[in-house]
Amino acid sequence: MQGTRSRFLTVMITLGMAFFYIPMILLVIYSFNYSRIVPVWGGWSTRWYEVLFFESPEVWAAVRLSLQIAFVNATCAVIIGTLAALAMVRFGRFRGRTLFGGMLVAPLVMPEVITGISLLVLFITLQQLVGWPAERGFTTITIAHITFSLAYVAITVQARLTGMGQDLEEAASDLGAKPFKVLTAITIPRLTPALVSGWLLAFTLSLDDLVIASFVTGPGANTLPILIFSRIRLGLRPDINALATIIILVVAVCVAIAALIMYRQHKRDLRDEQLAERGGG
Amino acid sequence: MTDIAPSGSRPQRSPLDRLSHWFQTNWRKIVIAVPFFWLLLFFLAPFFIVAKISLAELRISSPPFTEMIEWTGDGVMTIRLVFDNFIFIMEDSLYVNTYLNSLKISVTSTLICLLFGYPIAYGIVRSGPVAKPVLLFLVILPFWTSFLLRVYAWMGLLSDQGTINNLLIYIGLIDEPIRMLYTEFAVYIGIVYTYLPFMILPLYANMERLDMSLNEAAADLGSKPMNTFFRVTLPLTIPGIVAGSLLVFIPATGEYVIPDLLGGGNVQMIGRVLFNEFSLNTDWPVACAVAVVLLFLLVLPIILFQYFQGKAAEAP
Repeated sequence: MQGTRSRFLTVMITLGMAFFYIPMILLVIYSFNYSRIVPVWGGWSTRWYEVLFFESPEVWAAVRLSLQIAFVNATCAVIIGTLAALAMVRFGRFRGRTLFGGMLVAPLVMPEVITGISLLVLFITLQQLVGWPAERGFTTITIAHITFSLAYVAITVQARLTGMGQDLEEAASDLGAKPFKVLTAITIPRLTPALVSGWLLAFTLSLDDLVIASFVTGPGANTLPILIFSRIRLGLRPDINALATIIILVVAVCVAIAALIMYRQHKRDLRDEQLAERGGG
Repeated sequence: MTDIAPSGSRPQRSPLDRLSHWFQTNWRKIVIAVPFFWLLLFFLAPFFIVAKISLAELRISSPPFTEMIEWTGDGVMTIRLVFDNFIFIMEDSLYVNTYLNSLKISVTSTLICLLFGYPIAYGIVRSGPVAKPVLLFLVILPFWTSFLLRVYAWMGLLSDQGTINNLLIYIGLIDEPIRMLYTEFAVYIGIVYTYLPFMILPLYANMERLDMSLNEAAADLGSKPMNTFFRVTLPLTIPGIVAGSLLVFIPATGEYVIPDLLGGGNVQMIGRVLFNEFSLNTDWPVACAVAVVLLFLLVLPIILFQYFQGKAAEAP
C-alpha cells in the first residue's frame, strides 16, 4: 500500500489535522498578547510569562504537588500493572480470572465522575471505620490515580507480553532456570520498552486528571488541573495561556526526545535483524 | 555472610534468607494477589458502598445517611432498603431530561466522530510509508498534552470576542458576534475535539489489518469503488467501528469538564449534575442514586467493550 489515497481522503486528513492543531497554535500565539482580554490583540509581549514566573507562587506549588503525585503514581502503577499483566497473560487459568480481567479493563472506560464519587465514599467510609485516611490530599489522590493508571499500564504490558512470545523463556527453563529466575532475568528485561511507555502514560494521565482528583482531594491540596480549572471557569485568562504554552513546550521536547530514542532503537533492531539474516553478529 | 562468624554451623537460616525462600516459592501468588486486592479494594468495593448509600435515607448526621443494617435493642437485625431515591429521580423531570440530554449529546457526538474519524483513519492507512507514521503520531500527540487546556483553547475560539467571531466580522460575513460559547454547539465541538483520536486509533488498528487484495479482487471483477466500499471494506471494519464508538460514547455520556467550561449553565449533562450534587448538596443518598442510574445506563456498553477488548487481547 504505497500512498494510494484519493483526493477526498487527503482533504479529510488535512481538515482533521487543522482541527486538531489550529486551536493549540492560537492558544500559544495569544499567550504573547499584551492585552488583558485574551482574544483582543494588543501587541506582542511577554508580560504574562513574567506574571506567571514572578507573581504566581501558588501555580508552582500546584505544579510541584502534581509532579510528586504523578511520579509516585507512575512508579506504583507500573509495578502493580505489570504484575496484573503477567497474571493475565502468563499464568493460564486461575480462580477469579474473569473478575480480575473485568476489573482490569473497566477503569479504561468508566466515566470519571463515577470513579471519583465511588473513591470518595470509600475514603470516607474507611476513615470512619479504621481512621485512615485521616485527611484527604496527596495520599488519596495518588491511590485514585494508581487505580485507573494501572489499567493502562496492564494493557500496554499485556500487548508486549503477547507480542514477544515465550521462546526465550522456554529456552531458559530448558537450560534449568527456575521460573522466578526466568521472570527476573528474561521476561522483565525484555519488557523494558513497555514498562517505559507504561510509566510515561501513567505519569501523563495523572498530570492530566481533574475530575477524580477534585473528588478525592481535601482542603489545601490543589493539583495543577484543579488550580487551572478554578481559574478558567470564570473565563479566559492570559496567564493561563502562558502556562499552557509552557506545558505544550515541555511536552513537545519530551515527545521529541522519546521519538528520537525510539527511532534509534528501531534502526538498531533493523540492523540486528539484517545481521542475523546474513548469519553474522 | 561475615567471615568472623563464630565457629560451628548455623542450623537455621537468617530471616532474610527465609523471606527470600518464601518469596521464591510463593511469588506467583503474590503476582496475582497484589493487583487483585488493590482492584477489589479501590475499584470494586467503592461501587458497593455507592449502591448501599443510594438505598439509604438522608439523615442530618455524619455520615449523612441511614445505616442499611441496624441492630434494635433485643439483638434483632433489621435491613432497611429505601428505594425512595430512585423513585424521586424517576419522577423528577429535571433528572430524566438531563439523562436524556446526555444520551442525545453523546450519541450525536459519537456519530460525528465516526463520520470524520472513519475517512481520516482510512486515509492514514492508505498513506505512504513516510506519511503514515507522521500522521499517526499527529493523532496521538494531543493525548500527551493537557485535556483541560485543549478545551480551554476552544473557549478562546468560540467566545463572543473570540477568534472565530472576529474572523467572521472581519471578512464581513456577520455584523454582530454569534453566540457560540456556552451553547450546546460548543459542547459538541469540545466532545468531538477531545474524543476524535479515540475513534481514529481503533479504526486505524482495524483497517491496518485488512487484506487490501480483496478490494483489488472486487475491482477486477468490475465492482465500482463505492460498491466495493459498502460491500467489502465497511463490513470488515465493523469491529473497529464498535470499539471506537464505545470509546467515545461511554466517557462522553458522563463528561463533566466540557459541559461545564463550554456549555456554562446552559447545557445540562448528567456528569455535571452529579459533580455539583456532590460538591454543593449534601444529599448523598440521592447523589449516589444518580450515579447508580448512570452506571446502569452504561453497563451494557461497558460489558460490550470488555468483550471486544478480551477478544482483541486473545487474538494472536
